[in-house]
Amino acid sequence: MTDLVSDLTPLSPARTGATVEFRGLRRAFGATTALDGLDLTVEPGELVALLGPSGCGKTTALRTLAGFERPDSGEVLVDGEDITGVPAHRRDAGMVFQSYSLFPHLTALDNVAFGLRMSGIRTAERRARAAELVELVGLPHHTGHYPHQLSGGQQQRIALARALALRPRVLLLDEPLSALDAQVRLTLREEIRRIQQQLGITTLFVTHDQEEALSMADRVAVMRAGRLEQCAPPAELYERPATAFVAEFVGVMSRIPARPGADDGTVHVLGRSLPVSGRLPGTGAAGGTGDVDVLVRPEAVEVTADENGTSRITGAAFLGATSRLTVRLANGAEVAADVPTHAMTRLPVGAAVTLTLAHRPVLVDRRRASGGAGS
Amino acid sequence: MAGLSRIRYGRAFVLLLTGAYFLVPLACAVAFSIGAGTPGRSIGFGAYTGVLGAGGFTDSLTLTLKLAAATIALVLALLVPALVTVRLAAPRLRTLVEIVCMLPLVVPAVALVAGISAVLRWGPDHFAGTPVFQALAALQDQNFPFVLVLAYTLMALPLAYRTLDAGIAAIDLRMLVEAARACRAPWPRTLLQVVLPNLRGALLNTAFLTLALVLGEYTVAAILGYQPFAVWILAISGSQAQMSVAVSVMGLLVTWVLLLVVATAGRAHHPKETS
Ligand SMILES: Nc1ncnc2c1ncn2[C@@H]1O[C@H](COP(=O)(O)OP(=O)(O)OP(=O)(O)O)[C@@H](O)[C@H]1O
Ligand SMILES: [Mg+2]
Repeated sequence: MTDLVSDLTPLSPARTGATVEFRGLRRAFGATTALDGLDLTVEPGELVALLGPSGCGKTTALRTLAGFERPDSGEVLVDGEDITGVPAHRRDAGMVFQSYSLFPHLTALDNVAFGLRMSGIRTAERRARAAELVELVGLPHHTGHYPHQLSGGQQQRIALARALALRPRVLLLDEPLSALDAQVRLTLREEIRRIQQQLGITTLFVTHDQEEALSMADRVAVMRAGRLEQCAPPAELYERPATAFVAEFVGVMSRIPARPGADDGTVHVLGRSLPVSGRLPGTGAAGGTGDVDVLVRPEAVEVTADENGTSRITGAAFLGATSRLTVRLANGAEVAADVPTHAMTRLPVGAAVTLTLAHRPVLVDRRRASGGAGS
Repeated sequence: MAGLSRIRYGRAFVLLLTGAYFLVPLACAVAFSIGAGTPGRSIGFGAYTGVLGAGGFTDSLTLTLKLAAATIALVLALLVPALVTVRLAAPRLRTLVEIVCMLPLVVPAVALVAGISAVLRWGPDHFAGTPVFQALAALQDQNFPFVLVLAYTLMALPLAYRTLDAGIAAIDLRMLVEAARACRAPWPRTLLQVVLPNLRGALLNTAFLTLALVLGEYTVAAILGYQPFAVWILAISGSQAQMSVAVSVMGLLVTWVLLLVVATAGRAHHPKETS
């Protein structure tokens, strides 16, 4: 397979991915604002995952780049060139759609060759090139099959080959795996990443599966209500979320009510004083009076069985090597905590426990009215 | 078991009844046309051979087929781009288009033809010597009266709209169009090479219905004074009873064969695409 890619590369002389830039993109559908001033830059050859809850405008952003949607204002730049007015068929962007989008009347090979046919490439050459691509996506024996004779995963592979056939400067993937079952998703995910890296093509990958985004992408762009919340490498996004939304959307984050410490740099939580690593916007850095929450990941919480403990285990979920406990604090807040599964025998549901946080800087946010369950 | 066979008998009975409803009159017609019904006459196919010899059979049939082809082409050329555009770009216009396409249903053919002939009569007086006059004359050319194509197109609109709209609703039009556009297909090629092939069934059904309509249309053609197949059949039946029935039987066969051809073409497997 690696040979194939190196075979392919010479056909595309000196191609490197393009830079893609969204600038203040705005798009409204009647009363709904799908994009509300989206700013995002994707570097050449980079895979950026667009992550966000349903309806936050991911698809709209992608369709605007592909030319299927016209922004109300703002611009889309590819390699510094404004392409807002360029019609879709001249945009040089390959696209894979969420639902199966192969042309039902064409075989797999003809689907892949379709774009080449539209570009006026001679029959022999486009057959050869299409065959290479079908092989690249691992389906050399299915060239003669019609879409209805292919499985969902195979259809998406062919769709990927079709999108790559024209050697686009940008590859757009709109939840290409969401209709597939878990096993196929995993393999196809890795394969897309491998092909993308080998071809060095700038890629925008829409997903609302955060695991998919974190495992595949060079950077993850978290969107919310038509805006970019944060765009950062997966590890940074996980460890240093810029906003409370990102913190809680990416990974699991529990809120533990806390008291601001004597000086501004510390916070009292669960009976100890911890340094503050960062304050989320709106926490009011100056005032030490407002109520705050500490945000913690399940792996940062330690659970010990303690007859005198004021917290109780209310639930447990087996995840494999670890199990995730739900612990209810005395004040009603619920905290997720990961413990090694072998320790579960000492921590049955209903047991009284004590929670401790590692002595590490923590993230602080303003107390949320609905979040801390009162008391 | 008993229940099952009862169902089977029930089905056979219904089939027989329906068959009889169609076949008995047909059989009678055939019997009459070969002279079996009239005592004292010898049985023979004289009426049928006479039909082919009678003046106008080929002419009227060719005219009808030409009209049908032109009508089908016009209906499709009008409706397909309109429906695709409406569905993709202006979904709110859909109701309007539907109402317009359904209008001919409430206008009887007689009213339609009255209007057309009024215009045709009124036009020449006002436009004598202008290109409009020539256009009007060309519309009424005896060899190929385009005015009939226009009338038939109008009359075929409701059925054509229904079938095409259903066909378009059955495919994911937006998805196909966008996939094609992402593959660098400009609009015309998207329509011709992606949308049309996937509407094959609907296109053939539309053609089928339009053909049936044109083959059987009498009122408009007769009033405007042209002689396509249906009009010719009636004209000849006035003079010769036996032959007219023979002609009807043949007309039925011709229609049936043509429709069968269209239907088989529609059921043919996937087209072999040359990539
Ligand atoms: N063609 C349209 N007409 C009207 N509203 C639309 C249209 N397209 C999108 N919207 C609205 O714009 C908002 C953003 O839609 P979009 O499809 O971009 O969301 P998304 O982030 O892709 O969501 P999902 O994860 O569910 O696919 C939604 O509220 C949606 O209802
Ligand atoms: Mg979407």
